[in-house]
Amino acid sequence: MDARNGDLRIGVYVCHCGTNIAATVDVKAVAEYAAALPGVVVSREYKYMCSDPGQELIRQDIVELKLNRIVVASCSPLLHEETFRGAVAKGGLNPFCFQMVNIREHDSWVHQDRQRATEKAIALVRAAIRRVALHKPLEKKRVPIHPDVLIVGGGIAGIHAALTLANAGKHVYLVEREPTIGGNMAKFDKTFPTLDCAACILTPKMTAVKKHPNITLWTLSEVTEVQGYVGNFEIAVTRKPRYINEDLCVGCLECIEACVYKQAKVPDEFNLGLGKRRPIYISFPQAVPQIPVIDPETCIDFKTGRCKKTCIEACGDRHAVDLKQQPKQETIKVGAIILATGYQTFDARKVPDYGYGVYPNVYTAPEVERLINASGPTGGEVILRDGRKPQSIGIIHCVGSRDENTNKWCSRVCCMYSLKLAHLLKERTGAEVYNFYIDMRAAGKAYEEFYHKLLEEGVHMIRGRVAEVTDWAVTPEEEGKLVMRAEDTLISFVRRVPVDMVVLSVGLVPHEDAKDVRRLFNISCSSEGWFLERHPKLAPVNTFTDGIFIAGACQAPKDIPDAVGQAGSAAAEAMVLIDTGYVEMEPNTAYILEEECSGCKTCIPLCPYSAITFLADKKIAHINEVLCKGCGTCVAACPSGSIKQNLFEDEEIFEEIRGVLANA
Amino acid sequence: MKRYLYYPGCSLRGTGKAYEESLLAVFKALDVELEELEDWNCCGATAYMAIDEMNAFALAGRNLALAEKKKLDLLAPCSACYLVLNKAQRYIKEYPKVAKLLDHGFKAAGLTYTGTTKVRHPLDILINDIGLDEIKARVKRPLAGLKVAPYYGCQIVRPYATFDLTYYPVSMDKLLRAVGAEIVDYPLKTRCCGGSQKGTLPEVGLSLIHILLKEAGRRGAQVVSTICPLCQFNLDAFQDEAGKKYGEVSRPVVYFTQLLGLAFGFSAKELGLERNIVSAKRVLVKFEPVAA
Repeated sequence: MDARNGDLRIGVYVCHCGTNIAATVDVKAVAEYAAALPGVVVSREYKYMCSDPGQELIRQDIVELKLNRIVVASCSPLLHEETFRGAVAKGGLNPFCFQMVNIREHDSWVHQDRQRATEKAIALVRAAIRRVALHKPLEKKRVPIHPDVLIVGGGIAGIHAALTLANAGKHVYLVEREPTIGGNMAKFDKTFPTLDCAACILTPKMTAVKKHPNITLWTLSEVTEVQGYVGNFEIAVTRKPRYINEDLCVGCLECIEACVYKQAKVPDEFNLGLGKRRPIYISFPQAVPQIPVIDPETCIDFKTGRCKKTCIEACGDRHAVDLKQQPKQETIKVGAIILATGYQTFDARKVPDYGYGVYPNVYTAPEVERLINASGPTGGEVILRDGRKPQSIGIIHCVGSRDENTNKWCSRVCCMYSLKLAHLLKERTGAEVYNFYIDMRAAGKAYEEFYHKLLEEGVHMIRGRVAEVTDWAVTPEEEGKLVMRAEDTLISFVRRVPVDMVVLSVGLVPHEDAKDVRRLFNISCSSEGWFLERHPKLAPVNTFTDGIFIAGACQAPKDIPDAVGQAGSAAAEAMVLIDTGYVEMEPNTAYILEEECSGCKTCIPLCPYSAITFLADKKIAHINEVLCKGCGTCVAACPSGSIKQNLFEDEEIFEEIRGVLANA
Repeated sequence: MKRYLYYPGCSLRGTGKAYEESLLAVFKALDVELEELEDWNCCGATAYMAIDEMNAFALAGRNLALAEKKKLDLLAPCSACYLVLNKAQRYIKEYPKVAKLLDHGFKAAGLTYTGTTKVRHPLDILINDIGLDEIKARVKRPLAGLKVAPYYGCQIVRPYATFDLTYYPVSMDKLLRAVGAEIVDYPLKTRCCGGSQKGTLPEVGLSLIHILLKEAGRRGAQVVSTICPLCQFNLDAFQDEAGKKYGEVSRPVVYFTQLLGLAFGFSAKELGLERNIVSAKRVLVKFEPVAA
């Protein structure tokens, strides 16, 4: 049944979308215009086509007027294509005998001239009417879903999502590239605003991950390849050698004590270089897995091959130390993926005015977290790099945030963690603490109350962005101090505040390699580099790639409660997929016209999804409908024009173009 | 051979004579030809800009229009000239009102200006057009062991950071390192030299001069290297006065081109080093060529 056999009965529905469309487009004129076009049996305008009565209108018309093609002119198909396909199906018509026209995002929202916007809507509707005439009934294919889930990143978000899914009986692969899970949260001392110890609330969850029968934990591992599609991903993971056999090690840590390095000499990554570790080490006392790791860069045996190997001796009969361990490739199948890769902090060296890297007593906030942490390099005592205990401390908010020269965004957590650090530093040192802030952003449960508590504790709050931190003194009191210069905007006065220690509250930025991860998983990033959610409000953990979800600070800066909330949400979304048991594939797949294919194989290497194979017996190409994602590459490339694509047949596209261009 | 139009401005023909002498010597050694912009006039800096921007833009605009006819990049070594010429150019481009007004002026002077003149600074040309390798190749007497405080002043990267970083310029650091000097950490590198405050509010000017020199000394610099005639003049001429008021700060203040010139083998006289008020002889004598 198509335009050429004459029994077309098209229904056209033009939506007002309240005033979203109707304010700029004369919807009545559009509907009236469409009514006069060939094949159109009924043409209506309605306030909200997506509402129940709107959908009912379509269903009823199909039944009563025996419509066989439907056009709805409203918003983006991303929002309501499924809605209207459903309405069409309810009327007993194949849902693909339907075409949606976007006269909101593509028209009313981007134009101001009512007359010309109306003309554009008319052209678009005309195109859709001519196109829909050629639509064929199509069927969605159902493909079963693999019930396992991959979670990338073992910070608090990844951990929470993993436990949620595992507790619901799903099998989870948790892949973390560091030697331990725990992420950034494991490095914190206390958490705002409750001041509960970060380790005390985090480590039980870390241990639970390790113990959970439904979780396969791979640390020191990275995903290197992602193939397949929603419900049926095939993932390659590279597991870097730990040089300790995880199955044999019992976590006694005697090998560390036995290392020929009697003194720890290597800058310790976990303590951000503030402390030292040996070449064989464990990141922190509660690390999970509780298994040491050997750093081949600094281990004498790797460098010279001539070490006494006291670590192997200490391990004795367990033989867990294995200096010959090699990287291992794992291939797994999963149905859904959650990315929880987190953030990194802004490199304070990019703001040279603040002297980080120049003055030893300028610290970043993460460094101070380690300094005040009982398992940190100083055992929790706040001692400066020059050995002194600070008597005055200045904290600069918004370093690498809300700044035209670095990052424009607010990092959301810095105000609160700065207040927390101010409290802890004052408590530990008795120092005078000065907070330099632009605006105090304490929006969160009990956050504002925490701010007031700090004010009562006598922490100095100065509203003003610090211009510079220098070591040059103007007065005798400034000698030997770091001088912070800022305009106090509440009293319109430039202040010079001499302090012993400066803390830079660095903002949150996307990981350096976030772009590589984005490409690997075929998702999108915002212009700032954060992973892009499908909808900022209504699909915050979905991505534009089905089956891949995001959680935590890889999507945007967020604090622990928000990261955990999102992780739970991502786990739930993954569960929806898995428990449905199957996915419906869009039928917009390509197919071969077998009699016309010459078997030239041009299309085969072009397919990004490896969906095309060569049938040796028939000497023609064959497209696996399940693997085909409908990108159209092969259709365009076929020299003999013998590949076609459902919903994008040449004739359909040409008819649409003619419709737009027809000067009515 | 590279060619540029050369715009000396008033300073390089007055208090900044040593800048011109050393600049011309260095560019010659690097086979760069400089053609002086014919019939140039005041750049429009100093009082003009403060009193009537349009007057300043008109003056700068005339120079830009003259340069455009020649189709060569315009070299403006003085920071004040460099800034005003850049500013005028941007205002003409971004504010139709300014462009329209100036157009009348251009017409009256028989000129046209379409906005294509590129205003360049010697640092920019040395780093980006000539390159550090070429400069290294010309070194005859490396300034080994000479500790230099690189002082850029305010105008060269603010507000327009055209070839270097706004917060922390490094182009002069790179050049001087290339000729063997040691650069001391000098976070005051873009701090105010007092400008013309020394004339209007001497107290303010003097204290700023003192801070710059004191910190250069404290950080072990034997010499302060400048790129701006006004900075050089302030730090050089009022050093004695600042020292008497706030404490001894004796430190030669030279142009970066004088240091490059020394490394290229020119004599102190050829580089105008004898024009400095605070003598640099004690510090630089060992880099001077031995008289034949």
